Amino acid sequence: MKKLINAPDAVVSEALAGMAAAHGDLLRVIEPNVVVRADAPRLGKVGIISGGGSGHEPMHGGFVGRGMLDAACAGDVFTSPVPDQMLAATKAVDGGEGVLHIVKNYTGDIMNFELAAELAQEEGIKVTSVVIADDVAVQDSLYTAGRRGVGGTVLAEKIAGAAAEEGQDLATVTALAARVQDSVRSMGMALTSCTVPAAGKPTFEIGDDEMEIGVGIHGEPGRERRALASADEITEALMTPILDDLPFSSGDRVLAFVNGMGGTPLIELYVIYNKVAQMCADRGLKIDRNLIGSYITSLEMAGTSITLLKLDDEFTRFWDAPVHTPALRWGV
Amino acid sequence: MSEFDGAAFVRFVTTFADRLHERREELTELDSAIGDADHGINMDRGFTAVRAKLADLDGTDLGPTAKAVGMTLISTVGGASGPLYGTFFLRMATSIGDRSALDPAELGAALRAGLEGVIHRGKATNDDKTMVDAMAPAVDAFEASAGGGISAGLEAAATAAAAGRDRITPLVARKGRASYLGERSADHQDPGATSTTILFESLRDAVAEG
Repeated sequence: MKKLINAPDAVVSEALAGMAAAHGDLLRVIEPNVVVRADAPRLGKVGIISGGGSGHEPMHGGFVGRGMLDAACAGDVFTSPVPDQMLAATKAVDGGEGVLHIVKNYTGDIMNFELAAELAQEEGIKVTSVVIADDVAVQDSLYTAGRRGVGGTVLAEKIAGAAAEEGQDLATVTALAARVQDSVRSMGMALTSCTVPAAGKPTFEIGDDEMEIGVGIHGEPGRERRALASADEITEALMTPILDDLPFSSGDRVLAFVNGMGGTPLIELYVIYNKVAQMCADRGLKIDRNLIGSYITSLEMAGTSITLLKLDDEFTRFWDAPVHTPALRWGV
Repeated sequence: MSEFDGAAFVRFVTTFADRLHERREELTELDSAIGDADHGINMDRGFTAVRAKLADLDGTDLGPTAKAVGMTLISTVGGASGPLYGTFFLRMATSIGDRSALDPAELGAALRAGLEGVIHRGKATNDDKTMVDAMAPAVDAFEASAGGGISAGLEAAATAAAAGRDRITPLVARKGRASYLGERSADHQDPGATSTTILFESLRDAVAEG
């Protein structure tokens, strides 16, 4: 294992300390491993927290700040945070108007957030939850844990965050986040595996001429292993299930999000985006907004995921609203 | 042994912690095939914290000790295993109440309560290829055999857990992270059913030692 770390056990806490040192104007880090907006709690504002395993940076800590998350709970690498963390985050950001939990659909995250919500409610804080489950690589059925939460999470956090910043109430902010979940679809792929620091070796072995299609964000094997193909063919393999699932149809306005998995350079993401734009044009979709870069990652994994959100005027307005966080910043 | 007391419980949890530590790599290896390669790491972290917690307790108080184990797991393990194993011990604690020792029927009731807690929290049923497929037959076997005493019941429980673990290896997972793999999850041994089997083997051996 070759990594820029001091000790596997210290990676998460040292990275959080680094974030606190770098972005003290935006956030602070409280025990146990919770990133909190510097000026939280803001009286009269709905709080929004999220969280999950570490290793997906900048998600979620990098989205804490004005116009997005009020707090983010960092678990160990690829491991859900524990209820104590979500409870501490909920209490730290509650400004009297309640707190929305944005939860990615993984068994562990769901259970730990559920336990925390029960504990927070016992302490008199109103908590709602929206589960993001946008990965079309997983069949949503009684026979799976349901779709994973992936790229759509970033968009839900931005849009709900803008509504909360504007002073919308808990029910409205919650309904908006749920509506993003209903309107967004994603799919990802990997060229390489990644190494969890505590494990010390790659999660899976993959040949130079192979790729995994339909991966999540935890270095887990995907739905299917295939022979390596061109960027255009890969883009088609990801885009077609996304387009057919919602479905997206001619005349729709969309936000197209091409995400890097952590080890893929921006130049390759633009090659992917070029094909995404062509395919959208061929289907009569208008890309009104886009986001290109590595925002929800799997450590050093090479690969990409594509997310499409069907836009309406409300989503577009909240997407455009000012945001000032370590990872997303505009309008300020 | 005719009664299961606080000392037996502490031996059980300590034995389980030792074996999770010894078999940490094996559990993580199983989890890398169909999950996210952290089961051994997370369980070892949680039970290392449990071991520290046990040192602070005198251990003779059976119910409160079980509750402390459950709370510590929920606070330190993360993932799905923390809430699931934590709930198992918390529900056991509730069932134990303020008894200082359990007869075979009472231990059976505590194990049954733990199992029901796991099912409630994880919403898994039989053949979903989860820890429930090892835990449910183990609890059934204990209840069926405990007429011959706690040791006989635990011998049957450990055997049934291992049989459950092996029985589901060919199956396709329907819950947890392995379910994302669809057909590819078949023919892999389930890490959660494996750690649950270690739990029942530890319980059997801790009682045999006492």
